[in-house]
Amino acid sequence: MSDTNARIDTLVKSNPVVLFMKGTPLFPQCGFSSRAVAILDHLGTQYESVDVLQDQEVRQGIKTYSDWPTIPQLYVNGEFVGGSDIMMEMYESGELAELLQPAKAG
Amino acid sequence: MPMAADEIAAMIRAGIPDAEVEITDLAGDGDHYAARVTSPAFAGLTRIKQHQAVYAALGGRMGGVLHALQLTTAVPKD
Repeated sequence: MSDTNARIDTLVKSNPVVLFMKGTPLFPQCGFSSRAVAILDHLGTQYESVDVLQDQEVRQGIKTYSDWPTIPQLYVNGEFVGGSDIMMEMYESGELAELLQPAKAG
Repeated sequence: MPMAADEIAAMIRAGIPDAEVEITDLAGDGDHYAARVTSPAFAGLTRIKQHQAVYAALGGRMGGVLHALQLTTAVPKD
């Protein structure tokens, strides 16, 4: 496992909910990341965000880590959930709220 | 150089047997698309695997020349 991969693995596994995104939740730098943030905020989720624009290694590495070509990427309990399209589908079906229930802000 | 809608649809159809592909040019700029892909080949696959199959059909263009493709996948209803 490369250093970057190990670093990503630690980020993913040490936080219950992690969003890899472009920009920050307050200032998303891409429409898809903005949509992902809006969904998580709407569900009242407490999550860790990683701004891939601040780290080129993570920006490339995360794509290999999940075999997923785009950002944002959501991880819950160490598992890759999907990008913003899958988040939106799961939000609309109620699956995402269910998945995030234990991680809800208290 | 952005991709044309026809080109995206053709690549997906070539990569996924029996796929029905609907492409919408979201912004009218030939750069921001939505694709809806329906295929029996998706049966039994998770959403992640379904999307990965579409990305594989696009041969690495996703996230590169094709940066904005909103994707929905489904198994045919019948």
